[in-house]
Amino acid sequence: MKYQVVIGLEVHTQLTTNTKIFCGCSTKFGSEPNSQTCPVCLGFPGALPVLNRQVVEYAIRAGLATNCSITQRNVFARKNYFYPDLPKGYQISQFDLPICQHGHLDIEVEGETKRIGITRIHMEEDAGKLVHADIQGVGDDSCVDLNRACTPLLEIVSEPDMRSPDEAIAYLKKLHQIVMYLGICDGNLEEGSFRCDANVSLMPVGSTVFGTRAELKNINSFKFIKQAIEYEIERQAEILDDGGKVIQETRLFDPNTGTTRSMRGKEEAHDYRYFPDPDLVPVLIPDQWIEDVRSELPELPEAKRARYVAELGLPEYDAEVLVSSRELAQYYEETVALFPQAKIVSNWVMGEVARALNEDNNRSITDCPVTPALLADLLKLMEKGTISGKIAKTVFDEMYKTGKAPEKIVEEKGLVQVSDTGAIEAMVDEVLNANPGQVEQYRGGKETVFGFFVGQVMRASKGKANPAVVNELLLKKLKA
Amino acid sequence: MEIFDLTIHELHEKLKAKEVSSVEATRAMLDRIEAVDGQVNAYITVTPEQALVEAEAADRRIAAGDIAPLTGIPMGLKDIFITKGIRTTCGSRILENFVPPYDGTAVAKLKEQGAVIVGKLNQDEFAMGSSNESSYFGPVKNPWNLECTPGGSSGGSAAAIAARTATATLGTDTGGSIRQPASHCSCVGVKPTYGRVSRYGVIAYASSLDQVGPLTRDVTDAALLLGAVAGYDPKDSTSVNTPVPDYLAGLKSGVKGLKIGLPKQYFIEGLDPDVKRAMDEAIALYKSLGAELREVSLPHTEYAVATYYLIATAEASSNLARYDGVRFGHRAEEVRGLKEMFAKTRAEGFGSEVKRRIMLGTYALSSGYYDAYYVKAQKVRTLIMQDFLNAFNEVDVLLTPIAPTPPFKIGEKLADPLQMYLSDIFTIPVNLAGTCGISIPAGFSAAGLPIGLQLIGKPFGEATILSTAYAFEQETQWHLKKAPL
Ligand SMILES: [Zn+2]
Repeated sequence: MKYQVVIGLEVHTQLTTNTKIFCGCSTKFGSEPNSQTCPVCLGFPGALPVLNRQVVEYAIRAGLATNCSITQRNVFARKNYFYPDLPKGYQISQFDLPICQHGHLDIEVEGETKRIGITRIHMEEDAGKLVHADIQGVGDDSCVDLNRACTPLLEIVSEPDMRSPDEAIAYLKKLHQIVMYLGICDGNLEEGSFRCDANVSLMPVGSTVFGTRAELKNINSFKFIKQAIEYEIERQAEILDDGGKVIQETRLFDPNTGTTRSMRGKEEAHDYRYFPDPDLVPVLIPDQWIEDVRSELPELPEAKRARYVAELGLPEYDAEVLVSSRELAQYYEETVALFPQAKIVSNWVMGEVARALNEDNNRSITDCPVTPALLADLLKLMEKGTISGKIAKTVFDEMYKTGKAPEKIVEEKGLVQVSDTGAIEAMVDEVLNANPGQVEQYRGGKETVFGFFVGQVMRASKGKANPAVVNELLLKKLKA
Repeated sequence: MEIFDLTIHELHEKLKAKEVSSVEATRAMLDRIEAVDGQVNAYITVTPEQALVEAEAADRRIAAGDIAPLTGIPMGLKDIFITKGIRTTCGSRILENFVPPYDGTAVAKLKEQGAVIVGKLNQDEFAMGSSNESSYFGPVKNPWNLECTPGGSSGGSAAAIAARTATATLGTDTGGSIRQPASHCSCVGVKPTYGRVSRYGVIAYASSLDQVGPLTRDVTDAALLLGAVAGYDPKDSTSVNTPVPDYLAGLKSGVKGLKIGLPKQYFIEGLDPDVKRAMDEAIALYKSLGAELREVSLPHTEYAVATYYLIATAEASSNLARYDGVRFGHRAEEVRGLKEMFAKTRAEGFGSEVKRRIMLGTYALSSGYYDAYYVKAQKVRTLIMQDFLNAFNEVDVLLTPIAPTPPFKIGEKLADPLQMYLSDIFTIPVNLAGTCGISIPAGFSAAGLPIGLQLIGKPFGEATILSTAYAFEQETQWHLKKAPL
């Protein structure tokens, strides 16, 4: 490839405030069309916006978590354009004084750490949604649903610092993880809570002058983002190879074909005529507010991961997996608090817990029927030798299905491990007597047969025999 | 004296004494509207049924001994006020059939007191005009001379006072839209400090300039009605959280020792001789009452009109974008596609003055022109504000004419918008400075047309301009004269 790709990303995160940014309507997703509206978010004559201060706090959180400086005098601006999903004919946004500026995130790609600049983060209101006849079957008309209008967004704009689709994905995943950790966005890509536009351009390798970029829109999964960028690289490279020029334009990603197509004709070059919104007063953010938010920031994934490695002694890999979501990390930490053997808990959370949730239609860790307390109880039973590791897995499955306490299951199903030497000795004798050939082989020096005896005894005990006791007795009898 | 001639406070006394009921007062007002509004055209919508229901409710309240200053008083509202269930047109075809689902804050406050709304008053379309000629519902005639305009944009609100078809009215003032028609119709009109009265539920023309205020028969009523609607409103971020003084209680403070400034830029060559004479008489009167008068300078006055027509139109171009035919109001029929729907709806729905201002404002905000026009205008606005603050370091109140001339003939200035714009030269700076002003009757021209006097106060100095106006009113009879109708 003789071209270097240059990628900048604009992410719109929908904030999880209960009410909209400029009115008291609910932000709940999926309600009856236009049921969550009022004169303000419908853009009725005479209605006025009033800022939801929670939005400012969330924006400060995002800014602090991405190493931005916080603008202390914030001005909202009107971005003017006509569209039926935009009730007032302008969007209230921020223009020359965004709330956060000059930040960065460090990403890791193929073992290398790279710093991606964050140009700005600003607060704005979302638009509504158009429902078109051709897809929804509503007759000849287009319909407007304004439930989403006026819900709060943060637009997070990166510098054009990414040089491969993998870097773009790494940045997005990191950002996604952070906004979820901060509790400011539900991170749902499909419902549009975390939307990404990608600016993609090519330049000859070694050049420092960026090529003309295309803006890719409508990409609602990490997989599609990668696909869209890869397709765009190919498309632009072909144009450049043929001696052509890439046109600066907005292109829509089509998930069905994995390609992008021009939106030309649908969206013309706009002059948005930004000016300060006279209906809103400047938002002043004193130092104290910033410090209050800073002191309440949760531990972020990077710090958490480092702590798991340094303090809990977990391998890098385990730490990485466990911090992938705030909820998973919380589950892990709660379990460790009750059963302080970090690696054993990690094995169980990454193993049995993850598997069970995965098989259960990707159920969320927060709904896991085996709570941290129950899991810790199970691990304690195992530690005490009441049950074997193998039985513990059986008990876990039962706990997952029924939500019952492990002690109860062990008792009900008679799964208590047999450590009674007498009972096990009887089984050992029985196995040895039933397999004289194998005993001969072992004594003749073929020690690999040992495993066979263990298996037979365990089977005879229906898995309940304490493996350590079985080993010990077998050795004693065979060596005798 | 007929019921419809009474002031708020006079009618209030009669209601309280049960000499007259609100239903009687309301019927009298409705009959009066029926009798004379055909000539004046002050009303766009009259609401007799609702008014009588409200009057009955007011009478029940009064019977129960629960009477507030506005209980049972028949009032009119400029049609810029959003009224739940009552058509609200803003003088425009685009809202010809718009019935709002909510009440604005000022209206809610009136209703809380038990005021009776008899109808919605004519105005310039979207409050854009100085003569009430841009209304889709036809021009309002000046009750003092039906060939003249009542001024604008709250022309209906002022004319209804002069025609005695409302006891009091509310208007809005963006560049003089309360004070100038009050002057032209010989009534009292107050433009409060920006942020004093909530703008929630008032259709926006220019958000940083618009302010709600009363139009009344005398200063006492103005104090009373202003007190009723003023105050902080959490629904309007630009309303100011500062206590509302008891304006009525302060009315009689007098003007002895009061420093009144005469801005030299307002007493210019070319001021109509009748207006000049009225100002001279007023100055002499205040002197005789013990006020100290002195010349002051507001050096940036000459830039006010240009500044206003950049800022107001820029804001208007954005404020009026919501009239797109999608959710409410007029929508053009038989259109193909979205763009045509927007374009045709707005082309049909807006009148020519509104279109002119939307285009002006769009231009002022356009990329490449923004700094030269909008940003520059904001800077000049700051200078104009500073002018006033400097002047108020020297004096308590400013005294100026309201308009350079008495009311002009309908149609006289229509062909020359610039001439029309200049007629607001003495009122516009007050809006740009965000401070308060009052217009009070101060005489008549040789032709018998009203002339108003403006008193300008410090920010949130409404109490001072009201008491200064009250002192003048006590010594004059102008406010008692009735239009020949
Ligand atoms: Zn709402």
